[in-house]
Amino acid sequence: MRVALFLTCVNDTLYPDTGRAVVKLLTRLGVEVDFPMAQTCCGQAHYNTGYRHEAEPLARQFSDVFRDYEAIVVPSGSCAAMVRELYPRLGERARAEGRGDALAEQLAPVVPKTYELTEFLVDVLGVTDVGAYYPHTVTYHPTCHGLRSLRLGDRPRQLLSAVRGLELVELPGAEECCGFGGTFAVKNSDVSAAMGADKVRNAASTGADVLCAADNSCLMHIGGTMARLGTSARPARAVHIAEILASTEEEALA
Amino acid sequence: MTGTFVGMPAFPSAARKALSNETLRGNLRYATHTIRAKRAGAVSELDDWAALREAGREIKDQALRHLDRYLLQMEEAVTAAGGVVHWAADADEANRIVTGLVKATGESDVVKVKSMATQEIGLNEALEAEGIHAYETDLAELIVQLGKDRPSHILVPAIHRNRGEIRDIFTREMSEWGRPAPEGLSDTPAQLAEAARLHLREKFLRAKVGISGANFMVAETGTLVVFESEGNGRMCLTLPETLISVVGIEKLVPTWRDMEVFLQTLPRSSTAERMNPYTSMWTGTRDDDGPRTFHLVLLDNGRTDTLADRVGRQALRCIRCSACLNVCPVYERAGGHAYGSVYPGPIGAILSPQLRGTASEIDASLPYASSLCGACYEVCPVAIDIPEVLVHLRERVVEGGPVVRQGAKVTLRPARGHAAERAAMRAARWAFSHPGALRAGQRLASGARRLTPRTLPGPGRAWTATRDLPALPPEPFREWWRRTRQQEAGRPAPADRGEDQQ
Repeated sequence: MRVALFLTCVNDTLYPDTGRAVVKLLTRLGVEVDFPMAQTCCGQAHYNTGYRHEAEPLARQFSDVFRDYEAIVVPSGSCAAMVRELYPRLGERARAEGRGDALAEQLAPVVPKTYELTEFLVDVLGVTDVGAYYPHTVTYHPTCHGLRSLRLGDRPRQLLSAVRGLELVELPGAEECCGFGGTFAVKNSDVSAAMGADKVRNAASTGADVLCAADNSCLMHIGGTMARLGTSARPARAVHIAEILASTEEEALA
Repeated sequence: MTGTFVGMPAFPSAARKALSNETLRGNLRYATHTIRAKRAGAVSELDDWAALREAGREIKDQALRHLDRYLLQMEEAVTAAGGVVHWAADADEANRIVTGLVKATGESDVVKVKSMATQEIGLNEALEAEGIHAYETDLAELIVQLGKDRPSHILVPAIHRNRGEIRDIFTREMSEWGRPAPEGLSDTPAQLAEAARLHLREKFLRAKVGISGANFMVAETGTLVVFESEGNGRMCLTLPETLISVVGIEKLVPTWRDMEVFLQTLPRSSTAERMNPYTSMWTGTRDDDGPRTFHLVLLDNGRTDTLADRVGRQALRCIRCSACLNVCPVYERAGGHAYGSVYPGPIGAILSPQLRGTASEIDASLPYASSLCGACYEVCPVAIDIPEVLVHLRERVVEGGPVVRQGAKVTLRPARGHAAERAAMRAARWAFSHPGALRAGQRLASGARRLTPRTLPGPGRAWTATRDLPALPPEPFREWWRRTRQQEAGRPAPADRGEDQQ
């Protein structure tokens, strides 16, 4: 199986550990991973802030870079949702504006074979026990795009439950948005910060060492809030699920 | 907050004010979380909820597609049943019509059924200016009116008030408007309800004119429908001699049979009840029962313009259940007043900038009053894709484009204040279209990472005021990939060639 990693621009630039973890994890599971160097950004920030014409060239570029792979794995719920849910809308919109079917046809091949990481593990590889070891108490935040756009359901929990040494504790108000929301975090920073603080308070109430999620953008907001609230705050860390799943007894991560 | 919404500040600053009010935040959090949980329970009882939701969406869409035809059918049926139909293009015209009708009766007091349409057009204020007193009879509207306040929720207009605050308002204000509150009034729900009942009863028994809105209009019979929980609406609809109903044109459904769907979805979505306690339906007039005179004012006020928008028109499906408000994390913290409209929350964020246009500061800021978490779309009983419309309206704000205003096609210019952002978005798109440029930027950032400040200037300050920035890694992923693949293969890394092929 020829699988491409679409790491996302945020992970590439700020969270390379997540990328290394995905490579390590998939390689351990026998998947041959390629990282096409011409990849950059899916265009989600442009789309969601109202600059959809700026998102179009990035969507075309994504399609050109990834169209020949059998599967595209994305360790980000929101970027995977951009491809799966919003690329078709870019195509529909071009059609409605009288620009024909060209964009829709160009984007169509990549849409169904783009998978968020946990989806790829459970649905495509058919594994829930990835042989990981992570001796910590963990609470899981299901991010909005994973929850409501991709409908990841309990896939991430199945994966976490099979990790040796890991104690999974439920997060109160888990399904409520953490308040990141891309440019929302800056445009409505007060509301965003209040939502983030509530998320961190709920996470602290679980007594977990680690809060994990499948999207580093949300974790950047939650983790940044945790850091500001002080070192004694719990959970002490915000960690991407890929880093937990990649962790083993021989080589502990995070 | 009293008076009109004109000159409202943009959403972020209005929200900031609400966030600093701990009592308000506590009231809202408690109320929205309670009703949210109850609604989820009421909805889960129905196995065919998804089918009902889809049916509701289809019925409303079908009605909107042929709205011109159904409105004429409605007019014909109302007229045949002894009612009089008036057409109002905007708020001013509607207020003129209603004021004229009340004046013609010679009365100076009217009782009102809770109605969003009359709030939208500022009817109470318009009547007051002509010396006519309008008394709200819905309990929550009464609290808002007595408190010289503004509603902050579609279904629970006084959601921002707790019991203690309501007791204080009743004790202080009721005597100004009619029967005073009983001596030693406590803040128990039963005592508060009894005080309101006694106060309102006098109004019902004296009223000669009633004013209402409607949740639905049925075109085939000319029937209007009101859903309510207290029975106060039914008193207003049946006791006065003259009844005037002001209804938005989008409230129309073609047939009686269509009501089957909404009789199930509206109560469960709004109050989490299997069926709402009072469903009143009225068709024209009868000599021996109910009002002798019935007027229906059909209100446009931006609805036809909204209908012209292919994406935005789905907002007109709204049946005002307010489920989207109760699940919205932004509404929960910012409160209803921050939205600067009688329609707060997610639905308000897409409805107001369409009905009123995006020219004002508040209307241009409303499409951004959301983290796009999608909870509103998930609970909407008529499947309005609110996040989709929000993004659509954001584009209208930042890029301008063609819209229909007052029936005429106009091209909007981009709103002011977005020039720097637009330039940044274009620059980012350019960099992302050239992987080599992205790589150069990453290298530059990694090289300078020890110099990266903890707090940022400009718009970035909004981030670092409450959150730490992540530390920049010494090496972006693509450098690691290139380096390690090179070691594995025992040969030089592939050149940059191929990266900039786009």
